[in-house]
Amino acid sequence: MKTYEEINNRIASKKAVVMTAEEIIDYADKKGVEKAAADVDVVTTATFGPMCSSGCFINFGHSKPKIRMTEAWIEDVPVYCGIAAVDVYLGATELRYNDPANVDYPGEFRFGGGHVIEKLVAGEKLQLFGLSYGTDDYPRREIRTYFSIGDLNQAIMVNPRNCYQNYNVAINTSDRPIYTYLGNLRPGMKNATYCSAGQLSPLLNDPFYRTIGIGTKVWLGGAHGHVYAEGTQHAPDAERGPSGVPSEGAGTLALTGDMKEMDPKYVRGLSLTGYGVSLALGVGIPIPVLDEEILKMTTVRDSEIFAPVIDYSSDYPDRTGKILCKASYEELKGGKITVKGKTVVTGSLSSYAMALDIARILQDEISRGDFMLAQPSRLLNRERSMKTLDIRKS
Amino acid sequence: MVTKKFLLYFPASETEKPIVYHLVKDYNLIINIFRAKVTPEEEGYLVLDVTGEEENIEQGLNFVKSHNVIINEGGRGLRWDEDRCTHCTNCIPHCPTEALYITDRKTMKIGFNEKLCVECLSCVKNCPFGACSSVF
Repeated sequence: MKTYEEINNRIASKKAVVMTAEEIIDYADKKGVEKAAADVDVVTTATFGPMCSSGCFINFGHSKPKIRMTEAWIEDVPVYCGIAAVDVYLGATELRYNDPANVDYPGEFRFGGGHVIEKLVAGEKLQLFGLSYGTDDYPRREIRTYFSIGDLNQAIMVNPRNCYQNYNVAINTSDRPIYTYLGNLRPGMKNATYCSAGQLSPLLNDPFYRTIGIGTKVWLGGAHGHVYAEGTQHAPDAERGPSGVPSEGAGTLALTGDMKEMDPKYVRGLSLTGYGVSLALGVGIPIPVLDEEILKMTTVRDSEIFAPVIDYSSDYPDRTGKILCKASYEELKGGKITVKGKTVVTGSLSSYAMALDIARILQDEISRGDFMLAQPSRLLNRERSMKTLDIRKS
Repeated sequence: MVTKKFLLYFPASETEKPIVYHLVKDYNLIINIFRAKVTPEEEGYLVLDVTGEEENIEQGLNFVKSHNVIINEGGRGLRWDEDRCTHCTNCIPHCPTEALYITDRKTMKIGFNEKLCVECLSCVKNCPFGACSSVF
């Protein structure tokens, strides 16, 4: 048994033993869980993939004379202005003004909010255009200027739904191609897309949220941020395997971090043909080895984690709840799964390579004493289930 | 017999000449065109495999060069930008020739074997990060 304080003291004196969620598997196999729990202080987990709920609040400071923007665009992408003067919110899935969307189906969605966020983090110069109705104290009615992240007072990423604990595998049983947030799915089950870092993924290594809670310090796109709430659609009351690992979406995290500290390599705009734009984000979360049970959970491996294979041509849009079968991440990463007796090739939208990179970066930062752990001020809900939206007449 | 891949760039003034016809007829070369974009008014690009005796290929290329066509040997019209690639592997099921492949299932990193690329451009349409692009 260790405490946060003891682990942080070891980190501060650069004596902490830190392993990635991949390394711990072999280590515990060799030494046994009891010995591994005594030896290891922290296990680092990570993920990198599209996280559509990402976005940021930015504050521009005041022009002379002042303006209270009521409508604004950054690089022609609309931002939300219904908040305090010169604060705006930029969302990752916002389309560029005049984007034809799916008018010429499937649309290309070349540029949007996620791309603006990537450029902002990369320090590029961006154009702001804003309008106002003008008031006595904020008389300016129009503004056009250029800025980069260094000119801003704040650029704070606020993502209400990141790090899905597990995720669907999308497939298309219909006879026409479909375009989804899990990519282009060819007809007749010719490909399937998964989207999780599996054995490296944060909440799969702490399935009952014993250490990852509100206040947990995280590595977010290169910055040191934290969990500020349970994520939207957090639904821990999910189907779980023998060790408690969910075999469907389940938990989510709401994360925040300072974009001025981020690295553009881990904050990437993306375009999904026929679907829209989004932001792919790298997240790393340390798990303190407080006891043997926590250590044992971090030894989960791809062969023990299963994801539901769902037909995105009918069952997903129609919300039937039907699952075609389940596939392990070992099979999914291996490149082939079997669905209804047919061999289907797999691809992913989550990058295991980037997740591994982030788990190692976080491991290095903790080992060097540059990243201290924070004890959650409140644990995540463990019972909530997912509500649906009913269509009512009144 | 050897097979070589070329990317030919045609300046605007040269695009009306039947260069490929002469390569076949005068130099006894087997031509396999992967992709072409040539219009009478604008510059053009042609990506092709040329199969034949080494000597004939060389003479054929000299003929092509004499028409001010710029030859990029081993050249390809498809670029994979390793810095843009996030190694998500979304391209893998869409690449018909395994030119884009997973180098090692343990690290899940993507590699690009340009020799296998037939320039079908399905990766260009499918890469969410714009890592694959066409030079023309």
